[in-house]
Formats: sequence, structure tokens, C-alpha cells
Amino acid sequence: MILPYTKDDAPMRKARGIVRNLQQAGWYLPAGILLFLVFVYPVLRTLVLSFLHVNLESGFQPVFAGLSNFGRLVSDTRFYRSMQATLVFVSVSVLLEFVLGLALALALEQLKRSGRFFRTLLLIPWTLPTAIIAILWMWFFNDQYGAVNDLLLRLNVIEAPVAWLAQPRSAMAAIILADVWKAFPFVLIVLVAGIQAIPREMYEALEIDGGTYWHKFRYVTLPHLLPFIFVAVIFRIIQAFAVFDLVFVLTGGGPGGKTETISVYSYYTFLRYMDFGYGSALVLVLAGLLALIGWTLYTLLLRHYEPGR
Amino acid sequence: MICVWSLIPVVWCGLASLKSSEELARIPATLLPADFTLQHYIELFTRRPFAAYYINSLVVSSLSAFLCVAAAGLASYRLARSPKRFRSAVSSSLLVMAFFPPIVLLFPVYEIIRMFGLVNQPWGLILPYAALNLPFATWLLTGYMELIPYELEEAAAVDGLGPFAIFRRIVAPLAMPAMTSAFLLVFIFSWNEFMFALTFMNLESARTLTAGMATLSGAFSQEIPWGLLAAGVMASTIPLILAVFVFQRKIVAGLTAGGIKE
Repeated sequence: MILPYTKDDAPMRKARGIVRNLQQAGWYLPAGILLFLVFVYPVLRTLVLSFLHVNLESGFQPVFAGLSNFGRLVSDTRFYRSMQATLVFVSVSVLLEFVLGLALALALEQLKRSGRFFRTLLLIPWTLPTAIIAILWMWFFNDQYGAVNDLLLRLNVIEAPVAWLAQPRSAMAAIILADVWKAFPFVLIVLVAGIQAIPREMYEALEIDGGTYWHKFRYVTLPHLLPFIFVAVIFRIIQAFAVFDLVFVLTGGGPGGKTETISVYSYYTFLRYMDFGYGSALVLVLAGLLALIGWTLYTLLLRHYEPGR
Repeated sequence: MICVWSLIPVVWCGLASLKSSEELARIPATLLPADFTLQHYIELFTRRPFAAYYINSLVVSSLSAFLCVAAAGLASYRLARSPKRFRSAVSSSLLVMAFFPPIVLLFPVYEIIRMFGLVNQPWGLILPYAALNLPFATWLLTGYMELIPYELEEAAAVDGLGPFAIFRRIVAPLAMPAMTSAFLLVFIFSWNEFMFALTFMNLESARTLTAGMATLSGAFSQEIPWGLLAAGVMASTIPLILAVFVFQRKIVAGLTAGGIKE
């Protein structure tokens, strides 16, 4: 009586195992569906599109294009210009955000109690919607009604109102200023968390040895803070590379396309010129470049950090 | 000093939103409003579809934050209880997704949304927002769930609770602080998102605040109604400013946990 039962047990166990696996998968199902629809499928679709011509010319019928979208990219001066604008934007704004963030994180640490209150105030720009704040900046830099001109005229720095957003250099400076305003608090908050994680005894030990403030910074704060600095800067570089809202609202890429970043150019390619094949090639290059930068910085971080541990 | 620099644009805007249009056009500009007026705010809600923007933003942000945290909660609980190899593999792919430039996803997601007939529907933004923030939320929650001791779950299992009941009655309440942080951050990110909102919502009545405000500012070629824009900026940012003050600790906790965990 027992024998046939055990004979049947193997497939039963297998079935039960499958049920258990299905149950296990159930936990991941909602997240999996969402990620598939918004990340996995779109990336594959973009890959496919980049090898096709899908535009007004082809009547939006997919025509195999081989590598011609990428070939076009190589000789596209507008692509190079947008790359240059993006690189200028990323390097200057991230550098400024880092310097400001670090300086302020060190200063807030000195303040102790009231530091928390200031940190809250500083958090505000980071949480506000960029697209809406960009309208505010547009107003500040307006040549007739802008506060920037008003202030500089009163201080006699300039003699006549300047149309800040109408000149390439000052327009880029305005975009960078607006981005620094918004994003340096993020660097600050990550670095403050880093500073707070440093054991107090390390400083006390240095104090006994007669270390100056510089010594404390150089031999205790900086080495401990390095991984935090890396994380904050990697975050910012990657986010700044994909900058869209600020440029789109503040200048629309102008004047003369001099502030058009790669995201904005891609957006126009998709939604204004309706060139979906070429747009896909553009965004893939952006993604590839970011992956390269991210990977380089990450290995750099690991190399610097791991051996010391 | 720096705090002043951080706040001055907002304060300036708040003051400007209370000035009359004539005063705003005056040169040189005044600092404090000479004749205090609420006309811009009234105009915003009566003559512009600002109330619709507001409701859309609220609905989209809260539902996407809820959906995102729920999906992330389920996944991260299993993830926190799975073998380390699997966990770190998933974590690194989540990291890659979290850093993905949204412009890459925009067009294919638009195709999907259109296929499901969700253009100009709140769900057309809720689903993408929930998904876009999912990697970050899962990452945040997994770190926290790893800290919840197994013993509690074992005890509950002995008491005859099923896996889902254990999650709902034991793990989820314990993970509440992290879930609140995640909810707040996803809410803020969704409230602030612009590119998808601009592309997917082309009816005036379907727009969220960011897309609505940006098109409002671009809709005037000649005389830009600064007072109206200032009032709009204030009305759409005040809820966030309040949230920062009330939940500052939670927001910082979420940001730093997300930023520091490697």
C-alpha cells in the first residue's frame, strides 16, 4: 500500500516545487511587470529602432537602415555642438556643486545644533520642481524685468540692461547657476552624513598630538569622506548629463542652439522632427557614454576604496 | 549667507506674486509689495485650469508613490531573504536602471502608453512614474528589510501565518519608516517630473503642474504675465516646502540611505 504512494511522490514533489517557485515569483511580479514595460522593453525597442529609418520621409514605415543612423551621427555638427554644451554644463556645474557642498558640509559641522535647521532650509531647492523653478530663473534673467539686471544696475556693475539668455555664454552661465542652486544641497547632505559617520576619537587623537584644523581635514576627514564624495559626484555627473527640464524651459537650447544639451537635442529629434530612428541612435550614444563614465568612476572608486579596507 | 542665496529666489517670487501687475511692470522694481493683492492667485484658479493641474499632480504623485512602494515592498522583502549572490546581482541591475537617462525610455514608453490608450489619462503617468522610481525604492527598502530579524517571521510561521500574512502583518509594519521615506521621495520625484508629463499629456485638462506651468509660460509671445507665473510657482511649490519642513528627517534619511549604500 505504501509503495505506489512513494512512487507517485517524485512528480508530486516536482509539482509542489513548481508551485513554490511560482509563489516565489509572485512577489516579484508587480515590480517585474513595471520594470519590463518601462525599462527592458523600451531599451530593446530603442536598439531595434536605431537600425531602422522611421521618420516622415519613410512615412513612419520602418525601413531597414543598417548603420546609417550612426553614420549620420558622425557627421552631424549639431550632435557635436550638443555634446560640447553637455560637457561644459556637466563639468562646470558638478565642480561648483562639489566645492560648495564640501565647504558647506564642513561649515555646518562646526555649527552643530543649528546646523540641522540650516540643512532643512538648504534642502528646499533640491525638492522643488526644476521645470517650475526654471520659469523663475527665466524671469530673473529677463532683460527688462529681471532682478539680476536690476541688482547689477543699482550696484553700478553694468551700465545698461543685459539680455542674459540671448547670449551663448551668459545663457550657459545662467543654466549652470540655476543647476548649482538646486543640486549642491544634495552633495551637501550626502557629505554631512559622511562627516557624521567619522568616529570622534580620531579627531581627539590628533588634537592630543597637536594637530591643526588642516591636519584634521587632511588626515581624518578627507580619507573617510572619499567614498561619500565619489558617490555624490557620480550621482551628480550622471544626472547632469541627462539634463533636460532646466535647459528646455530656460532657453529651449538657444540662443542659436548653443545651450542645447544632448537630451534636449534628442527630445527635438523625437517630438519635433519625428525622426524616431535617428533619435534612437542619439539616445543610445548618450546611454553608452553614461555607462562608460559610470563604469570608469565606479572601478576607480573600488580600486581606491577596497585595498584600504 | 548661503541659506539666503538658497531661499532668496523663492522669497522674491512669493513677494512678487502678491504685487499688482502695474507694480511688477514698474522700473526700477520694488522689493516689498506696495499694494498687496491676491488677484494673481484668484486669476490662476478661475481663468486658468490651475485647479485641474493641481488635482492631476496630486492624483498622479500619490498613486504612483503608493504603487511604487507597494511593488517595491513585495519585491524587496523577498530580495532581502534571498541568497546573497542573487541579491547583489539584482541590486547592481537596479543601480544601472536607476541611473538610466529618462530620454532613452521616453519614446518607447510613449508607444506603450498609446497602445493601451492611456495618453491623457492619469494612469499614463502613474505607471511610468511608479516604474521609473522602482529601482531606487527597491534598493532603499531592501537595505532596510535586511535588518529585520528572521526570528520574528519564524515565530509567526509557527503561529500558522502564511508568507503573505507575515509580510503584511509583521514585516510591512516594521519597515514602515523606510516605506514612508520611499513614499515621500517618490511622491516628490513624481510631482517634479516634467519630460514624460509634457509628452504624454497634451490636453490642457490632463496636464500636471510642471507641464502646465511650463506651457503657461510659453503661451504668451508678447507680454509675459509675471504676476500670474509667480503665483503659479508659489502655489505649486508651497506643498513641497511644507513637506520638507514636516518630514525633513525622513527625506534626509531616504536620500542618504539611497546615496550611500553601495
